[in-house]
Amino acid sequence: MAPLDLADVDTDQIIPKQFLKRVERTGYGPYLFYDWRARGGFVLDRPEYAGATVLVAGANFGCGSSREHAPWALRDFGFQAIIAPSFADIFRANCYKTGLLAVTLPDSQVRHLIDLVNEDPSVEVTADLERQVVRGEGFEYPFVIDLFAREMLLQGLDEIALVERHDADISAYEKRRAEWLPAVR
Amino acid sequence: MPRTLAQKLWEAHVIRSAQGEPDLLFVDLHLVHEVTSPQAFEGLRMAGRHVRRPDLTVATTDHNVPTRGGLRSADELSRKQMEVLAENCRAEGIPLHQMGSRRQGIVHVIGPELGLTQPGMLIVCGDSHTSTHGAFGALAFGIGTSEVELVLATQCLPQKRQGDLAVNVTGQLPLGVTAKDIVLGLIGRMGTSAGQGHLVEYGGPTVRGLSMEGRMTVCNMSIEWGAKAGMVAPDDTTFAYVEGRPHAPKGAAWEKALDHWRTLRTDDGAAFDGVIEVDASTLEPHVTWGTTPAQVVPVTGRVPNPHSETDERALRYMDLRPGVALADIAIDRVFIGSCTNARLEDLRAAASVIQGRHVHPKVRAMVVPGSTSVKLAAEKEGLDMVFKAAGFEWRNAGCSMCLGMNPDILAPGERCASTSNRNFEGRQGSGGRTHLMSPPMAAAAALTGHLVDVRELI
Ligand code: SF4
Repeated sequence: MAPLDLADVDTDQIIPKQFLKRVERTGYGPYLFYDWRARGGFVLDRPEYAGATVLVAGANFGCGSSREHAPWALRDFGFQAIIAPSFADIFRANCYKTGLLAVTLPDSQVRHLIDLVNEDPSVEVTADLERQVVRGEGFEYPFVIDLFAREMLLQGLDEIALVERHDADISAYEKRRAEWLPAVR
Repeated sequence: MPRTLAQKLWEAHVIRSAQGEPDLLFVDLHLVHEVTSPQAFEGLRMAGRHVRRPDLTVATTDHNVPTRGGLRSADELSRKQMEVLAENCRAEGIPLHQMGSRRQGIVHVIGPELGLTQPGMLIVCGDSHTSTHGAFGALAFGIGTSEVELVLATQCLPQKRQGDLAVNVTGQLPLGVTAKDIVLGLIGRMGTSAGQGHLVEYGGPTVRGLSMEGRMTVCNMSIEWGAKAGMVAPDDTTFAYVEGRPHAPKGAAWEKALDHWRTLRTDDGAAFDGVIEVDASTLEPHVTWGTTPAQVVPVTGRVPNPHSETDERALRYMDLRPGVALADIAIDRVFIGSCTNARLEDLRAAASVIQGRHVHPKVRAMVVPGSTSVKLAAEKEGLDMVFKAAGFEWRNAGCSMCLGMNPDILAPGERCASTSNRNFEGRQGSGGRTHLMSPPMAAAAALTGHLVDVRELI
């Protein structure tokens, strides 16, 4: 587990705009927190956090731009779960689509995790999606997650295919729409 | 049951709802731009899928277009992104308003301008400031690239119903105080995440009195206090703005549309999860001092004492000390632009401050109209001459220095008075420092070379 003890970490920091010019979905890992890392001494570059798969961070994580490049970069870097007191809505949705688990825990529990990892960088903490708990030695913090998002993450479902199953409903809706609604041409 | 506006908009778009699943919503308009779409189109292609409703999808290039020198002055990667978008649109039959077209511009400026944004619609775009379109009484929010792919393929979006918040703005806006100050003041009070998980309806006499441009500015920044969407119930101001635009309904269809649009208001007695009261008469022009839009104070104020690690970090990044008067902060650059404040009314407001005056010799100032048609309209009124005579650069339309994906960026350490919406670290260029404010305030800063209360100049 790696700590990023800051509130309001925005997606401009997670993946700066100069890396949004790629047309691929992968290969963003090296640019994660690029500007912060370029300044040197950034926490994720400390050897003791190398290989961490869980990131614990401050409130309102992932605010700002809707760029899905942010969860792509976190995932490419090796993270599988982010734990924070709160997440920006679009970022959280993007995480689920990317196979990244966003766990919301109360402030005090997040604080506990940050203290733990500050004390002992090698501390093991597991975010268990199946049982919906974050656990470590001597504690277990349950978390809530949207049922549907949980299924999506656990089973890696193709959401488009799920929606396509409702094609008849979609077509019926399309027929009901007011005829004066705008079309682009 | 009395319903809120958001509830009405939501229910009108539900295709299907089932226990334990998000509602499946139909999308009336999908706006697409070059930066968040290439992976979505690629995903479609790999799965052998096509765009279900190219007739409800429209694309433009805005995020990384150069604002002078034409396409050739774009860097190679940006040019590639623009070409890829053009190819994707050609292959799928999606109309594209690209560089060189009179209809090109920032995605949230051209939707309303073309009359594509109308009351009652559900509008999405791979961009967080999609909330702008809520100003028309539409449900509009930003989505990620995977969702862009999903909407391209199905014209639908599974969404969990969000809560309802109301912001009730009363009292007359004092001279020199604008819609931008309403929303900056609100964000300063509420913080960066108070709106999370909520659809916000802005109402009250002051909002009713705002022009469509002003309402768009307010709705635009909903995301900066965490809200999923912001909206204003449509009224005669809305209808007058939409009427006659290229995609607005005409003749008998217009009458039918109007009948429907007039029902789009929150019923008396409908319940919100929270109501936030704002007294506009006590507002002053606002300026951000930090690196989130919530780190904001009236321009007559001082840089506050830090209350958190985030505040301290912001002070270090902005190279500011607590107690410094905002008006004593010198600036290097001025940016008048972005989907928050680069419509014709914004340019007029800035020009009226500038008229007959000159940009401070130490300042480099630029105006980037929100769309090509805003640019042409402004030129027709001679606004370009006002700006140019004062020493402003007059550029072509695009996002430009709002996020600095094109050559328009701050150098490290440069300080900018900006009419955009985000003052995040490095947003306008690595190491650049951004102070957010209204167009008249940015204009005033350009003239004096420091942050200044525009009321001293008018
Ligand atoms: S102007 Fe800025 S905020 Fe608006 S769409 Fe462009 S980059 Fe995003």
